[in-house]
Amino acid sequence: MTIEWGWFPDHTGELVRLTADHLATAVPAVLFGLLIALPLAVLAHRVRPLRGFVLGASNILYTIPSLAFFVLLLPVTGLTRTTAITGLTAYTLVVLVRNTVEGLDAVPARVREASRAMGTSPLRTLLTVELPLALPVIMAGVRVATVMSISLVSVASYIGYGGLGQLFTDGFQRNFPTPVIAGVALTLLLALVADAVLVSVQWLCTPWLRGASGPRRPKLRKRA
Amino acid sequence: MLELLKNLAAWLTSSAQWSGPEGIATRVLEHLEYSVLATLAAAVIALPVGLLIGHTGRGAFLAVNLASFGRALPTVGLVTLVFLAGGLSVWPVYVSLVALAVPVIITNTYAGMAAVDPEVKDAAKGVGLRGRQILWQVEIPLALPLIMTGVRLATVQVVATATIAAYVSFGGLGRYVFDGLAQRDLVQVLGGAVLVAVLAVAADLALGGLTRLLFRGRPAAAR
Repeated sequence: MTIEWGWFPDHTGELVRLTADHLATAVPAVLFGLLIALPLAVLAHRVRPLRGFVLGASNILYTIPSLAFFVLLLPVTGLTRTTAITGLTAYTLVVLVRNTVEGLDAVPARVREASRAMGTSPLRTLLTVELPLALPVIMAGVRVATVMSISLVSVASYIGYGGLGQLFTDGFQRNFPTPVIAGVALTLLLALVADAVLVSVQWLCTPWLRGASGPRRPKLRKRA
Repeated sequence: MLELLKNLAAWLTSSAQWSGPEGIATRVLEHLEYSVLATLAAAVIALPVGLLIGHTGRGAFLAVNLASFGRALPTVGLVTLVFLAGGLSVWPVYVSLVALAVPVIITNTYAGMAAVDPEVKDAAKGVGLRGRQILWQVEIPLALPLIMTGVRLATVQVVATATIAAYVSFGGLGRYVFDGLAQRDLVQVLGGAVLVAVLAVAADLALGGLTRLLFRGRPAAAR
């Protein structure tokens, strides 16, 4: 199997377009996933009886094959990008909901009580105390969900919205490996870059975790 | 929409559809064959690696990165690539399914081993257990729930993804999905998709039951 390098210069435009397409499917999926997962997770965290139900439901969504998901949505949304995004969104839920619930669980009860004792409203406690403290665990989920979405977009090539996945179909039908290799390599690269971007975002959002190592220590220690 | 559901129900329940060499029963068995063999092969490769990394504590960086690399690797691309490289054989199917399952099992095995309380390992060393004894009698039993979670996750993903066998002209439940797409026969596509989903959920429940059976009599905290 050889790579025909001559193929690349002729197809730069196509590669750029497909990469943009790929992102236009994967990124909204993660954003919508977050939009749905955050309230669900808060609900599961606050209302104990709902917890098992919410986590179980998102688990079942995950067992439905990605290809089957797209196909099952066909009668509802047809051959559109919406189908691809909806399917991927459902897929991100399992990681996002689970990680957000775990992140909220890990916030020490003392911290929550202290915030309430100072007269902060429950909503404000959630937004300014609990969610920021849960952020590292939530972001770990966002990273997994993003990488997974980027990889799964190619499955949507069967319904015509596969982004770089279109290259696989193309190479397969013409028995020509070069576009397939290009597609795999670009997908991996995209996942790597997206992951790095998310790590930077997390770094920017959690200034309190920066210090020499781990949580900030009281300055007194240095003198001792 | 209702009409479609009615047709789907008729498709799923007609006896003609279930029997014969192209029937659902045959396709389910083919699907299970790909899935079981691929998951077993992945477990044979991944379990020793995960245990070794967890036991020695070396290569953890590799394990974590392998996992995210594995998640990013598009299975459709891989199967196409192996197919174009090796020609018409069942290998592309197994290679890509194993590549899908290995990272999941390795990371969960490693996570299970890493979660074993170091004090417990120290205590085991203190009462005179050797490295291998600690691995088999202390670490593995304690890590087993997470290891099984990894195997379960991998199985579900493999069952769900084994539809790609049909993409490179083999059998399994993916046949209905791809043939249906080619023939613009939505009922057949949906039928295949539903069957795959049911099979994936069933495999998950079966392994869940097996796990519970393995941990019968253990305190709830260890589960």
